[in-house]
Amino acid sequence: MTLELDHVSRSVRGVPHIRDVSLRLERGSLNVLLGATLAGKTSLMRLMAGLDVPSSGRVRVEGRDVTGLPVKKRSVAMVYQQFINYPSLTVYENIASPLRVAGLSRAEIEERVAAAAGLLKLEPYLGRTPLALSGGQQQRTAIARALVKRADLVLLDEPLANLDYKLREELREELPRIFASTGAVFVYATTEPTEALLLGGQTAALLEGGVTQFGPTADIYRRPANLATARVFSDPPLNTLRVTRQAHTVLLENGTVLPARGALARVPDGACTIGVRAHHLEVEDIAAAERAPGGDGLIRLGATIAVTEVTGSESFLHMDMGETRLTALVGGVRRLEPGAPVEVLIDPRHILLFDADGRAIAPARDAAAA
Amino acid sequence: MDKPVNNRAWLLVAPVFLIVAFSAIVPIMTVVNYSVQDTFGNNQFFWNGLGWFQELLDPSTELGGRFLDALWRNLLFSAIILAIEVPLGILVALSMPREGWKVAATLVVMALPLLIPWNVVGTIWQVFARADIGLAGWAINALGIDYNYTGDPLAAWITIVVMDVWHWTSLVALLCYAGLKSIPDAYYQAARIDGASRWAVFTTIQLPKMKRVLLIAVLLRFMDSFMIYTEPFVLTGGGPGNATTFLSIDLVKIALGQFDLGKAAAMSLVYNLIVLALCWVFYTVMTNTGTERRQEENPA
Amino acid sequence: MASITLDGLAHTYRPDPRGPQDYALKEIDHVWRQGGAYALLGPSGCGKTTLLNIISGLVVPTRGRILFDGRDVTRLPTEARNIAQVFQFPVVYDTMSVRENLAFPLKNRRMPREAIARRVEEIASRLDLTPVLDRKASNLTADAKQKISLGRGLVREDVAAILFDEPLTVIDPHLKWQLRSSLKELHRALDLTMIYVTHDQTEALTFADTVVVMHDGAVVQTGTPEELFERPAHTFVGHFIGSPGMNVLPAQVEGRTAHVGDVAIALDRAYPALPKGERIELGVRPEFATLAAPGTGLPVTVTRIEDIGRARIARIEIAGNPAAAMVPEELSLDGDRAGLTLDPRQVHIYADGVLVPGVPAPGEAAGREGAA
Repeated sequence: MTLELDHVSRSVRGVPHIRDVSLRLERGSLNVLLGATLAGKTSLMRLMAGLDVPSSGRVRVEGRDVTGLPVKKRSVAMVYQQFINYPSLTVYENIASPLRVAGLSRAEIEERVAAAAGLLKLEPYLGRTPLALSGGQQQRTAIARALVKRADLVLLDEPLANLDYKLREELREELPRIFASTGAVFVYATTEPTEALLLGGQTAALLEGGVTQFGPTADIYRRPANLATARVFSDPPLNTLRVTRQAHTVLLENGTVLPARGALARVPDGACTIGVRAHHLEVEDIAAAERAPGGDGLIRLGATIAVTEVTGSESFLHMDMGETRLTALVGGVRRLEPGAPVEVLIDPRHILLFDADGRAIAPARDAAAA
Repeated sequence: MDKPVNNRAWLLVAPVFLIVAFSAIVPIMTVVNYSVQDTFGNNQFFWNGLGWFQELLDPSTELGGRFLDALWRNLLFSAIILAIEVPLGILVALSMPREGWKVAATLVVMALPLLIPWNVVGTIWQVFARADIGLAGWAINALGIDYNYTGDPLAAWITIVVMDVWHWTSLVALLCYAGLKSIPDAYYQAARIDGASRWAVFTTIQLPKMKRVLLIAVLLRFMDSFMIYTEPFVLTGGGPGNATTFLSIDLVKIALGQFDLGKAAAMSLVYNLIVLALCWVFYTVMTNTGTERRQEENPA
Repeated sequence: MASITLDGLAHTYRPDPRGPQDYALKEIDHVWRQGGAYALLGPSGCGKTTLLNIISGLVVPTRGRILFDGRDVTRLPTEARNIAQVFQFPVVYDTMSVRENLAFPLKNRRMPREAIARRVEEIASRLDLTPVLDRKASNLTADAKQKISLGRGLVREDVAAILFDEPLTVIDPHLKWQLRSSLKELHRALDLTMIYVTHDQTEALTFADTVVVMHDGAVVQTGTPEELFERPAHTFVGHFIGSPGMNVLPAQVEGRTAHVGDVAIALDRAYPALPKGERIELGVRPEFATLAAPGTGLPVTVTRIEDIGRARIARIEIAGNPAAAMVPEELSLDGDRAGLTLDPRQVHIYADGVLVPGVPAPGEAAGREGAA
């Protein structure tokens, strides 16, 4: 089926929860709702499911208007952050429960449960009760129960949030394959940009109840249409610099003046914002390194180290440049002392440029290749 | 959660309205009808206008004085009951076991009094507290205390209060227990680390977290005690004298004892209005706390 | 301020433990240096919470002692231990303002009023809580509430150590970064011992100078993030730290060559004394395995390529064994055949899951020592 939200809004007691959202989710697609807590992910899912009715706008399934149609009359399955299973039933009975309600034949139930259990690697645990299982297996059971219904729309609301890091990684790797094996529309809410990237499919970036951009996940990561999307879809947070174009120069907020050449030639007159992702910042220790000769076309900015975080293979360097906090993700172990002066290097090809209203300026192909 | 606006819903509740109309509105209208008339039996009625109401609300009349006395008795009874049952219920809840087989055992014992019908409770205590053959009554007298609930108003009151406390404290305790159980362990640990005293833990963690269930408990106990009828009726029949004649008992006395349908009707209407007004006060208080709560959970 | 010593600590929740399998915490000896930033990392059920509860005094260990600055506190209650703790879910006193929350531990300890006020202001400004000091604590966001819980620990000048029990669980990713850096800054400024319990490797590695990895109630490795990353002492550490984790492949070692199926892999060190009859495995991190055009290095089959934004990760098979490798930016592949180059210095050999140090090859030892 296809699910279409057409200018959907919803307010509760005058407080807007969802603002004018239009989305078209195709048959067999995986759609990620990416946004912070309270950005409207759950509210949007409830509207999709029919648990809530929009204050304005229409919801269509296969072109048919279903606005106001209660959830019972729709073909929807949902998986929550909490592991919701029937504690007294075995895993087998848990998975079979929606089929029993639907009154399917014994043989068919057995067949479908076996298929779902196989897909989610639950065969060894079918005879146990959920509470005797690990968190990962409990959530697998909940997902299996959602899949076995063969619902047209499967909603997953931060399904991995309560799992241990490694279990999350494991299940996340399997999910795209599991989703691909059914023809349903999948909607997956998450707060983590990395999770969205790993899942692929389409992503809708959410901010304060509105969708800032919707499109293929990798595309909107690489070519965010606006500053809001770039911010939502960045982990570590997006580094932003406010700049002003004055004739042939670009003036940075800390007073640095750069020639408006190369990628910076795109900077329009007046104020705008430069966004750079953490892994596109290079950091040079001023004390240690000899200054490379200029003319390599890199933007160079002076900053001081505030905090360094080392993961063993990479280092996160948090730096202060005046009032602006910059975060760089660099390879290897770089233990720089707080207060150390450094030079931040930005390859202009990697910058994202946004005008005063936050709209992306002519996404450069170079930046896309990053 | 807001319900979607759907006008068809009115159609669906229409049968309920009809039933309520026949079961409540029509009888109430009958009562309203009685309340403006006087009768001397033989199904003969005379128009009396608002006479009964005037009399009822004027304490200098016989009916007014009687009504006011009973109303005071009711309020006093409810106040005493709440003052005893709420703190006692909290205390019991605090000392109930948190885990293990004892939990189930305690819960069953606590639930027992709640399962006994009102009139049976009355009968049990009537026998139990009798000075001649009742275990409690006899024992108290044996201790040298002169105790006879049929003759001494104070003894009658004490008996009724103790009976109600015995019957209903479990309810308050069980509600509080549910509230206490919902407090995560981390709160207690944090309090220990912060060096909080037992009393500070109670006032800063347990009481605030129990606030909502406590309100429900207070509401339930207030409403129920304000409408008390069966137990004192069985136990003392409203006596000795009028010492335990609560509004409901008095109402029945006037209506069925003296067959003053007009007076009784006026009285029951005013009684009803008082109950409604108090309900409204509680409802407002509770929904206000409710919205506060929702805002806490959803700061957006 | 204190150093914390765990002396032969072990704990079981069973009254009649029959063997090591009944212990939630197997014997541990460890010293938490005064002023250190430590992380206790492991999956759920590995015993890290038990250990944390023993340190905070909520659990009395079955065996062993715990010392604060040499003083035995094994049986001292929580409130007598001068520790503070931040929990997974924010714990604030709902009815109090932020100011009252921060003052609460001092008030309980009967500190003079003016001193409390001064201290509260000081800690609030450190935690950027000054603007909300007079707001009700219950109306704040999760990250502000976590700061309040932390603040209630920091206000006490006698605090020896701050324990964190997965404090960022309910915090949004972009706020996690902020909160984590402010924690680091605080640690630097206040010279406190901090112990951070988590199952999230990124949080553990970025926060701590020393990470203690736990598995099945036992410590499997203690070390700096670099050590854990470059020389995992156990395949579990290799798997648990790193995303994706270390590739662990069944192997046979002959001289300075490992055989994985029919693929031969050159080793930097020799392993003459490998125990017989034990499971021998080869471990190499995806970061040290780079995909190349077919014909270069080892032959592998590519099953899938993941794009995580700043890098691409290939899911591959080496002689039928699944593994992960990095895909260089410029590489593009047709079909599922590819080559794989490994950094030999980063290829480790494990016997029954435990790292075998190996012997540096004669003649090359001096040159390699510094690099490895």
